[in-house]
Amino acid sequence: MRHVISVLVQDHPRVLNRITGLFARRGFNLESLAVGTTHVPGLSRISLVVSGDDHTLEQVEKQLNRLIEVLKVTDHSEPHVERELALVKVHVAGVEERLAVKDIQEAFRARVVDVAQKSLILELTGDSKKVDSFIEALRPYGILEVMRTGAVAMSRGERTLKVREKREAV
Amino acid sequence: MKGSEALLKALEREGVEVIFGHPGGAIMPTYDALYDSKIRHILVRHEQGGIHAATAYARASGRVGVVMATSGPGALNLVTGLADAFMDSTPVVAITGNVPRALIGTDAFQEADVTGVTMPITKHNYLVQEVNDIPRVVREAFHIASTGRPGPVLIDLPKDVQLAEFTGTFDVELDLPGYKPTTKGHPKQIERALDALEKAERPILMVGGGAQHAHGELLAFAERTGIPVITTLMGLGAFPGNHPLWLGMPGMHGTVAANRAIHHADVILAIGLRFDDRVTGKVSRFAPHAHTIIHVDIDPAEIGKVVRTHVPIVGDAKLVLRELLKGAKPLKLAAWWRELEEWRTRHPLRWRPRPHLQSQEVIRAFHEATGGQAVVTTGVGQHQMFAAQFFPVSRPRSFITSGGLGTMGVGLPFAIGAKVARPEELVIDFDGDGSFQMTLQELATLVKYRLDVKVVILNNGYLGMVRQWQDLFHARRYSEVYLADSNPDFARLAEAYGIKGVRVERKEDLMKGVEAVLSADGPVVAEFKVYHEEGVFPMIPAGGAAEDMILEHPAEREEVEA
Repeated sequence: MRHVISVLVQDHPRVLNRITGLFARRGFNLESLAVGTTHVPGLSRISLVVSGDDHTLEQVEKQLNRLIEVLKVTDHSEPHVERELALVKVHVAGVEERLAVKDIQEAFRARVVDVAQKSLILELTGDSKKVDSFIEALRPYGILEVMRTGAVAMSRGERTLKVREKREAV
Repeated sequence: MKGSEALLKALEREGVEVIFGHPGGAIMPTYDALYDSKIRHILVRHEQGGIHAATAYARASGRVGVVMATSGPGALNLVTGLADAFMDSTPVVAITGNVPRALIGTDAFQEADVTGVTMPITKHNYLVQEVNDIPRVVREAFHIASTGRPGPVLIDLPKDVQLAEFTGTFDVELDLPGYKPTTKGHPKQIERALDALEKAERPILMVGGGAQHAHGELLAFAERTGIPVITTLMGLGAFPGNHPLWLGMPGMHGTVAANRAIHHADVILAIGLRFDDRVTGKVSRFAPHAHTIIHVDIDPAEIGKVVRTHVPIVGDAKLVLRELLKGAKPLKLAAWWRELEEWRTRHPLRWRPRPHLQSQEVIRAFHEATGGQAVVTTGVGQHQMFAAQFFPVSRPRSFITSGGLGTMGVGLPFAIGAKVARPEELVIDFDGDGSFQMTLQELATLVKYRLDVKVVILNNGYLGMVRQWQDLFHARRYSEVYLADSNPDFARLAEAYGIKGVRVERKEDLMKGVEAVLSADGPVVAEFKVYHEEGVFPMIPAGGAAEDMILEHPAEREEVEA
């Protein structure tokens, strides 16, 4: 089953290595990864899309928590917002094709971010499924290249990814 | 003050008394500072010897072991030992030099990405970029290594950082927001555990290396409840090996009583162990009658990793056992004990006597001669299993072996570390001819520091454990396991180092040989030429279960049902 996991980390050098290394070493299946800084200096946030059964997911969470620089791990099983960004360069030979692509662009609420004589770059945000359908819709026109980010996610409502409460020190 | 001096000062503040190490270019500033330090340095002949010695020092003393090496090849020689310490949850701090910061990433002389290489085999590691960070990094490294589930931590120090002028402070506060090990077990779960044990008819206690420091509490709990105790290879000594409640070691070469007890148990209380495959065999057939498995471990990731757990208790074995003890009652286990006694008396550990000298009788002879009062180290292989079977130790931290990683060659360096940690005690390294030759250069370290270590080589002229598997599972195709045609004369080799050498070849000379080893003043290397076709039994073949246990070589004896 597909899971989206958010990880709050200290943005030390190689922290991303530690996480990807862990996935490689333990044989966890990583479908996508996105990382960026947060509003708190020194903290970064990573979104991981992972597939596996419940036992694997439990291990993913526990093994991530073993890393010293990992502050918090959440599996977004609760209602959450999930977005991916994609840039798609499509071949458009003539006016007819350009209009057809424009229809698709409007239907998906994508944006045109580059216009050239024989190509367009479209930008789309949405969940993975939406991006998948967008790419399929454009495929007949001749896709020149695609770049997708990994999914990013956030819980709906008041829930936030906070540093866990200080438990007793050892 | 230079960075190197700040490093040593920080180490002194952690209470470090001894460092095992080997110098080289990129760590020279620190060795220069060491020249004036009160910290003792043990110069080993290979960095691998240093890390293994530091590991055994930690295991024998309960303190953090420290090892030091130079960049590139020096640091990479630590890799096996770091992985070994990581697998067996041992607190070690490794300090390595690195090339100056400006050269990092340029393929400089003796440069290697040591923090990258050691990432998956350390609990944590650091590449220090700023000289004033040294006290904080040292503080964190010792804290991380020694708390929670212990493990190795590596500190990589570029040469120019060691040379830079230190202007910082040593009064650093620990600030590790992502590292808060849970030490106290959850009261609700402890209550559930006690409840399950009280209702149990066939309970057992399984104990691993995570309970070595909780031996007092463990003894009290076992004696109060009367529950039989099984100790894994790493748990040997956590519970006295001469206690009537002790059933021995479980798993591949465990006792019949221990494996049958697990097979028939209804409630298992497992403390500080990780259900290694050498303990469980085939997991789906492990403990098939246990309706309740209670797992106490300080590392939440171990709970539920291998076996299904009904009562998870995250916490330190010592603190959890103290809480368990508060509610522990004597249990009515007479019927259960009748069964256990039956297995124990019908199937004690034994061997089939042969005309040749045998490993088992050598080890048993040393056990009798010393009353079991020794710190034992081993290499890896048949001799290791024989030592575990026939040298039961009665005190914690006294059986020091490579459990998880199974690192051949640890015996001698482990003995060095154990002897440095516990100089007043008799230290015996039971080694194999194969294992011993992997690190024998450390004989020089014995000489240099006059370390009174008794090395007992059980020489069967083969890589015996591999040979045993070839015998049983590879149609006796003995591929690349024969050593006898090229082994050295171990006694004369020892003498070349100025160490007393002893050689025993005949059964009738056994006691004389044991006496010669134990009465010698100073280190000894003793070679006992043992029967080359011996197998370690009982045995549960890899991937098998308790019911698949064989008690003797199939050609010599029929299989026995569980």
